Amino acid sequence: MSDDSTSVGTGTSSESGPRAFETVYHRYVPHKTGLPHLPTYLRELWLRREFAFETSKASMRGATTNTFFGQAWLVLNPLLLALVYYLLITVISQNARTSGWEYFAHLTGGLFVFYFFQGSVNNAAGSVVNAGGLVLNTSFPRLLLPLAAVRTGLLRFLPTLPVYLIFHILAGNAWTWVTFLVAPIFLGLLAVFASGLAALFAALQVYFRDMTAFLPYIMRIWLYSSPVLWTIEMIQGRPTAAAIMPFNPLYSLIGGYNQALQEGVLPSAQIWLLAVAWAVGSFVLGSWFFMARERDFAVRI
Amino acid sequence: MISLSASEQARDAASGEQRADRFSVGGTFSVRSDRSRGPAPARPAFDYRDNTGRTDLAASVQNLSVTYRTRFERVPTFKKAITRRQRSVVEIEALRGVTFDVPVGTTMGIIGSNGAGKSTLLRTLAGILSPTEGRVEVWGRASTLLALGVGFNINLSGRENVRLGGLAAGLSRREVEERAEEIAEWAELGEFIDAPLRTYSSGMFSRLAFSVAVHMRPDILMVDEALSAGDAKFRAKADAKMAELRDSARAMFLVSHGLGSIQEMCTDCLWLHKGRVMMHASPVECIKAYTEFVKVGRTPSTMEDL
Repeated sequence: MSDDSTSVGTGTSSESGPRAFETVYHRYVPHKTGLPHLPTYLRELWLRREFAFETSKASMRGATTNTFFGQAWLVLNPLLLALVYYLLITVISQNARTSGWEYFAHLTGGLFVFYFFQGSVNNAAGSVVNAGGLVLNTSFPRLLLPLAAVRTGLLRFLPTLPVYLIFHILAGNAWTWVTFLVAPIFLGLLAVFASGLAALFAALQVYFRDMTAFLPYIMRIWLYSSPVLWTIEMIQGRPTAAAIMPFNPLYSLIGGYNQALQEGVLPSAQIWLLAVAWAVGSFVLGSWFFMARERDFAVRI
Repeated sequence: MISLSASEQARDAASGEQRADRFSVGGTFSVRSDRSRGPAPARPAFDYRDNTGRTDLAASVQNLSVTYRTRFERVPTFKKAITRRQRSVVEIEALRGVTFDVPVGTTMGIIGSNGAGKSTLLRTLAGILSPTEGRVEVWGRASTLLALGVGFNINLSGRENVRLGGLAAGLSRREVEERAEEIAEWAELGEFIDAPLRTYSSGMFSRLAFSVAVHMRPDILMVDEALSAGDAKFRAKADAKMAELRDSARAMFLVSHGLGSIQEMCTDCLWLHKGRVMMHASPVECIKAYTEFVKVGRTPSTMEDL
């Protein structure tokens, strides 16, 4: 007996008939904790991608239709936050390095992208549990739910990019090919990393419903320990910080993104390697954990 | 495959089962506490039949058992995971050794009291729950009408929700666009189709949800109760639509407490009790045995839909 459910299309679809349907053969047998049949799963995932797109679009539209500023909140929110942090840091540190447009540009660029990460993971954490009825009554690859949340995060992030570019100009930062080519790559890596964490937290949330209570604190600590309020250059010459930092995934991911976007500097090979390793590692582990458990979700919700 | 059990046999089976279930608490599901669970009794090996290459079947279920392990907690949390002194894990045997075949063209009624495992059986056939034991084979895309309006977002317009509901049911974007107009028209919402769902009356909501559900053109249709959408006029329209679907789908499963509609619509019937098949026969026979079994008699209230 095979350890998995398989479905095989026997391909008897005919477009000519009154009902053009494809007879798909499904077979469900018991599974132990393990991955579903991966080729089938990935094919389903791909076929159902439109559903994830539509879900994320729907949650975008649904969330902002009731407010006065509507979509403008997507920009206003992180901008106000950047202002708060700017005031806080310039007042506390009174350091010449942390005042002026250049630092503000760094702060906005970093905060915007961190907010993308945080928003994606936060939304994804509740995605499976909040989908409730959908999970109970419809059969689809559940991985679509956290992935849709990451897509929502990305869509919410995009309008903030032009805002950052305004500060980029005000700060007189450099424009090089790196800004336009390498920064998107790091953004992509961050999205992949976020997808992995999204899947992990979405699955954990099913088993421990108070996961969401911890998340804000995890995220807050993560924000302070990532190169958002500070830059990679600031910690050079500090051996302890330099030794610890590679273990923070966002050090390489957001740090590399900032270097490329804000300074137009090509990140070092070490940053590249770390960023790719974290992104791939997180995605593989997170989605593996999720897929191995997703057939249990319908019972747990 | 038609089992020949008469109602006496069925009742014998049920009382035998009650004897075996000494740990049962509660009437509906058979629930056993974890601690009383001895070593799993060795079940006799089931001789699975190979259905490869068959085209006459819409679904085949062999020796299907579904067991949930669940806890009597409202919400699982970290605190409870850490502080739990005794594991209050219970096993719910929703289905036990269910075997039946569904040839193409069958409309299968499933009856039984609450907690008999009817919905679990449908969910397993739809691939939402996986079997604990046994084998389930389904030829065709299953669409469930287990719950209406699943995946709807009340802040979006009816049209957007039609798209969302269609994609949730597994249609491609092209198919959804093709059907959107038809769905809107059938639901008779008029201009409200472009208004947000939160402005809908409950009748309009269920009309839309029903319309989305029946326009998915599944190969295998599963209907779980609660299709009582709208007023009498809409009911008649809905019934006509169901009859049309029954003719076009490869097979249809209908779960209902309204024995009248089972008798009217179904060509085959399955009576479940506490997860076991009590009887698999014609609707008339099943209903007769079932009503005798629960001793309610064929009163107007049981024969009436919902």
